[in-house]
Amino acid sequence: MLTLENIHAGYGATTILHDVSLDVQAGEVVTIVGANGAGKTTTLRAIAGQIRPTSGHIYFEGRDITKLAAHDVVDLGITMIPEGRQLFPDMTVRDNLMLGAFRSGARSVQNETLDYVLDLFPRVSERMDQMASSLSGGEQQMVAIARGMMAKPRLLMFDEPSLGLAPIIVEQVFEVVKKVAASGATVLIVEQNVFTTLQSADRGYVLENGEIALSDTAEALLSNDHVRRAYLGI
Amino acid sequence: MLETFLQVVVNGLMLGGLFAIISIGLTTIFGIIKVVNFAHGEFLMAGMFLTWLFTTKLGLHPYAAVVVVAPVLFVLGGLTQKLLIQPLMNARDEHIQIFATVGLSTAMINLALLIYGADIANTPAYGLRTPLEFGPIRVLEGQLFILGAAILLVIGMELFLRRSRTGLAIRAVAQNRTAAQLMGINVNWIYVLSFGLGAACVGIASVLVAPLYPTSSNIGTYFVLIAFVVVILGGWGSIPGAFVGAMVIGLIDSLSGFYIGADLREAVVFGVFLVILILRPSGLFGTKQKLSHIS
Ligand SMILES: Nc1ncnc2c1ncn2[C@@H]1O[C@H](COP(=O)(O)OP(=O)(O)O)[C@@H](O)[C@H]1O
Ligand SMILES: [Mg+2]
Repeated sequence: MLTLENIHAGYGATTILHDVSLDVQAGEVVTIVGANGAGKTTTLRAIAGQIRPTSGHIYFEGRDITKLAAHDVVDLGITMIPEGRQLFPDMTVRDNLMLGAFRSGARSVQNETLDYVLDLFPRVSERMDQMASSLSGGEQQMVAIARGMMAKPRLLMFDEPSLGLAPIIVEQVFEVVKKVAASGATVLIVEQNVFTTLQSADRGYVLENGEIALSDTAEALLSNDHVRRAYLGI
Repeated sequence: MLETFLQVVVNGLMLGGLFAIISIGLTTIFGIIKVVNFAHGEFLMAGMFLTWLFTTKLGLHPYAAVVVVAPVLFVLGGLTQKLLIQPLMNARDEHIQIFATVGLSTAMINLALLIYGADIANTPAYGLRTPLEFGPIRVLEGQLFILGAAILLVIGMELFLRRSRTGLAIRAVAQNRTAAQLMGINVNWIYVLSFGLGAACVGIASVLVAPLYPTSSNIGTYFVLIAFVVVILGGWGSIPGAFVGAMVIGLIDSLSGFYIGADLREAVVFGVFLVILILRPSGLFGTKQKLSHIS
């Protein structure tokens, strides 16, 4: 479904990603784990069209999307739930969700999608008319995920959904990720929370200093010596 | 006594209407794009010259010129964003955008001098300078239309921004441009559209102002200072704020001009302006705004 081929990318003259190749099959939950600064967000931003790779190719459903503008990538069905939620602070939760359904493929069915999404997030449905900025961090993360789902994406990318959340909320977030996956969406999730993420994923890539150091099934990675030493502290 | 007072207040409200109509475009563009258009006055000047041209060459009512002037200014605004501001949007130093619109302003003044010269162009008034009498109170017909148009434009813009899908997208871009992009919104296009919209508002103002004020290459400089005062007072980016700010300034201008003295008018206006700003630094309706579009 999604393939990255020898991607080099960065900011200005600084190259962050070196020769990154990975793929995600339809229906899978794939994770990219790595330390802070490894280049996880940069990878997602390259896929989302927010930065342009200096070399390499990105294919989505057979189509070369390497040079597409960010809004065109969204139109194709790739939605990113960004690090730090990035809600529209001075808008209601409802307007935030409606903006999630902005892309052409989601607009016509936005009311059905809203019902479906609110079913998944009862907490969000209680907050519909509040300003997004008035919600707690955990609630904001739920709204960010709900907003991402409103786009009815074929590929949903999560950038560190557990960052800055209390452990109990983190658990809820991963429950939701599982539900999203169960609903048939393909998921690419980026995390520093290596253990929990690998437990919810099918396959994983380990990103170190902008390079793919390892890739395997989630199960195999959980028992991999290097992963256990470097990321799980075992 | 009372009649005089009422007349002075009505004059103030009429002046407020004028200040509002020339300020809506400026605050709209800033509120969305976070760019101060220093060529705002010259957009007005261009619109007024177009109105004059349209009225004198075709022999039509100046208000009819809106069907030409508003679209032309929309395009002019859109092009300014596309060709001038957008290439500078990622410039590290945001002051470059200030230089860009100041440069545009100077270029437009000189272009007007080149094409038209330093003379004054009088747009036919079609009775708009005729006083109407309501009992003891007198107002110019054209002033009433300006106030009415300002109210309608404020309501119209607010409805558009709050109720329409495009308006929702515009507000999304204004609040968080990165997130708006993630929703599939074409942010650059929204910027072009918004600059165009703000400029079209200036176009509407032009056809209303032209029959009452003589047009010349420096008319923009004459109006732009008060537009800045109004927008700063109302709170940068707030359209209803600009309207209220305009009314406040209009009333102070008229009352102080009559009761304190015409020569002290400006001193009082700016004095009150400074006091309000000291008490409310972000303006009457303002939220804390950064002069930066980089989120
Ligand atoms: N906008 C930016 N401009 C320049 N360098 C950046 C930018 N964003 C991130 N970086 C750098 O890129 C590297 C990778 O960052 P990032 O992809 O955010 O890592 P991660 O998401 O894995 O924590 C870091 O060294 C970071 O400092
Ligand atoms: Mg990151």
